[in-house]
Amino acid sequence: MATAVKEKAQLEAKDYRSDTKPVWCPGCGDYSVLSSITKALAELGLPREDVAIISGIGCSSRIPAYTSLYGFHTVHGRALATATGLKLARPDLTVLVAGGDGDGFSIGGNHFLHACRRNVDLTYIVMDNEVYGMTKGQASPTTAPEWEGSKLTPHGTGVSPFQPCAVALAAGASFIARGFAGDPNGVTKLIVDGIRHPGFAFIQVLSPCVTYRPEEKAWKEMVHATKAAPACNLAEAGERLMGDDGLTTGVLYISNRAPYKLPPAARYTPEEIERAFEV
Amino acid sequence: MSSNSKNDAPVTVSVTFAGSGGAGVMTAGQMLLDAAAQSDLYGFMTRSLGPQIRGGEAAAFVRLSPREIVSVGNWFDLLFAFDWVSTQRFKAEIGLEERSIVLTDPDNGEAPDWIKATGAKILDMPLKKMAAEIPGGRPNMIALGACAALFGLPRDAVLGTVEHALGKKGLEVLKASTDAVAAGFAFGEGIEARCRLKRTRRYVKTVQNSRWNISGNEACGLGAIRAGVRFVAAYPITPATEVLEWMAPNLEKVGGHLVQAEDELASINMAIGGSFGGVPSLTATAGPGLSLMTESIGLAVASETPVVLIDVQRGGPSTGIPTKSEQVDLNIALYGLHGDAPHLVTATNSVADCLFTTQWSVYLAEKLQTAAIVLTDQMLGQTRCIIDQPADPCFRADRLVAEPGPEGYERYKVTPSGVSPMAIPGTPDGEYVADGLEHNQKGTPSSQAEHHLEQLEKRQRKLMAFNFGKHWADIEGEGETAIITWGSSTGPSREAIGHARRAGHEVKLISIRLLAPVQYERFRQAMEGVKRVLVVEQSHSQQFYHYLFAHFDLPDDVKVYSQPGPLPIRPAKVLHELMNW
Repeated sequence: MATAVKEKAQLEAKDYRSDTKPVWCPGCGDYSVLSSITKALAELGLPREDVAIISGIGCSSRIPAYTSLYGFHTVHGRALATATGLKLARPDLTVLVAGGDGDGFSIGGNHFLHACRRNVDLTYIVMDNEVYGMTKGQASPTTAPEWEGSKLTPHGTGVSPFQPCAVALAAGASFIARGFAGDPNGVTKLIVDGIRHPGFAFIQVLSPCVTYRPEEKAWKEMVHATKAAPACNLAEAGERLMGDDGLTTGVLYISNRAPYKLPPAARYTPEEIERAFEV
Repeated sequence: MSSNSKNDAPVTVSVTFAGSGGAGVMTAGQMLLDAAAQSDLYGFMTRSLGPQIRGGEAAAFVRLSPREIVSVGNWFDLLFAFDWVSTQRFKAEIGLEERSIVLTDPDNGEAPDWIKATGAKILDMPLKKMAAEIPGGRPNMIALGACAALFGLPRDAVLGTVEHALGKKGLEVLKASTDAVAAGFAFGEGIEARCRLKRTRRYVKTVQNSRWNISGNEACGLGAIRAGVRFVAAYPITPATEVLEWMAPNLEKVGGHLVQAEDELASINMAIGGSFGGVPSLTATAGPGLSLMTESIGLAVASETPVVLIDVQRGGPSTGIPTKSEQVDLNIALYGLHGDAPHLVTATNSVADCLFTTQWSVYLAEKLQTAAIVLTDQMLGQTRCIIDQPADPCFRADRLVAEPGPEGYERYKVTPSGVSPMAIPGTPDGEYVADGLEHNQKGTPSSQAEHHLEQLEKRQRKLMAFNFGKHWADIEGEGETAIITWGSSTGPSREAIGHARRAGHEVKLISIRLLAPVQYERFRQAMEGVKRVLVVEQSHSQQFYHYLFAHFDLPDDVKVYSQPGPLPIRPAKVLHELMNW
């Protein structure tokens, strides 16, 4: 990421936090992700005013208010679109996008595909808890088909879960990583790498919902860091991601595909272009 | 309107070129328009296409006059029918009278009965044979030459236009076309016709006085750029695509950027994101796209992020009639947002006004930090006009920007005007979170009654307290009778009022440009002395009449002329309503 670091007193992680108290339940994985984001920004030394964090709707999408950054809490599913507009209009800013699995992969699924292929320089952090928490516990696109914990789908969804990293790869994302909220230092590092990556960086963070999916507390014992270096070609990455148990953490894929091309500087005035209408 | 009295030279002349998709009728129409501009005339060209994407049937409708033209006409002086099957498709759109001349190739066979029934003079013009005699000659260029001669345009004006358009294609192509135009011109000169304009001369361009050839969709794009829009997110949709296609290369020239979005949900939110970044931003769509965008227009309202949406209306509901005009998105533009969401709704009322109203709307959206929906339609958007160079009304995006200090910035501070200074990302100490959730003055989400009320009132006050000035409506003439109209129905209403006036009947025109916020007091003043009202609109359910009825005191004597698409509102129909109360 090309954002120049301003000469300024070094900010600490806490300087990127606001004093607004989160709406999250005690024990929610999102607290840890918030902390990782602020630590990553401190590590990069980014001035607060030069970073914007854009979200949609859901528990994790409340995150902008808990930072001291410029933020936009938009509508359900549209965070990536809003962030894309912001980054294209203001390429000088560092733009983070944050939200949940329902927001990103269900209602916002189309934007996810196209953000991956457009490769605008954004860092997209999805706090995946495999459930809609804000509406009190319905199956999300990443929920296992046999999960019977929701009144909406009492027999389970019976539908195969969405594979965020594999879909991101197929759609053309140039940086794909997975972290676990229980490993804040690991997530911090992924966010730092994602922000530095010149293009669309997708980071899936497994973030347990202790209220509606208490069984996710067991993720702590189940996740495992990848031992391999990030895959750099599609075939290798595809094989690894499709054969993965969904609990491997680390940077899974990086490509050097050129990011979205930004507009050139002005060459004409409006008065000059309107002469084309003269007869 | 081509209602020329028997002995006068005509004031306005009109022609239809109708043929199959490959016959080149649009090229003929476009070149005629250009040639007219070179002959110091004004022009107005609409087009009609069959439902096929390519091929099928096509018709170009062109009106020319020494005066500025604001509307389609009622009938056509000339019809060039390249074949009868294609021409038949446009039966409802081609008005012919006894004084009309129909030119058709005798190879096409006998004219159909509906043509004969009009009493129009049918002349044989062996287009194919004439074309065959010229190497590379094409019937459409022959028809163009004949039409130019029949309208009395100077020969060198039409030849010059062809040269300008085809010069780059090489000498052979150019010669084929100029020879064909010349042959057609000679043919046309030999026909006795009453549609020759009295006096035409070569147009001389001056710095102060130039003529433009522009479509309404292009004019919207230019208005946006003039006002300062530098970011556009676009999803193609008929009939709005040309706004976006014109803007893509032109925005880039002035340092802006257009991104093609994955859908309309993305395009409106991208525009909101760009604007949050401090760059005046816009998107353009048609009815189906507007439906998809409504949720996020509410986000722009609640988060007080300026954004402009141009809706080029087309026949509805659902996919409706994408290539035809209808004024049927008024209700959704005014009332489509959930919650109490005051916003701006404006309407363009002529091709030239597409420029003015879009420019004004960008200015208003930026000034008032809200969403503006600009309603235009297929008729205005896809009509190509020769107009006088429009003056620049100097509306420029002028957002109230915050310069916060370390003492604590409040993005949604309650102010007397209702507008609060907006911090732009990159500004130290201005960090805030824009939110679609109800919030307090700082921007922190809140569901408290007092915060909801103060923010509701602030968002309403900034629109209601703003002085929109005289641009809220075009008000012309005086009289006890008024036509109240909007958008593309204004053109035929203006023309009808002109005829009524010449016949000794004064009629006032009120064409409302600012539909929301409703201008109660200005409307009351405009209605002083008006005793009866004709409402003119292009919708079946009388959306505009219901808007007027809901908000204003109307006189007892109100008549509504509401005609749905796809056929355009003709001045003669409006005049008939005026004269037969």
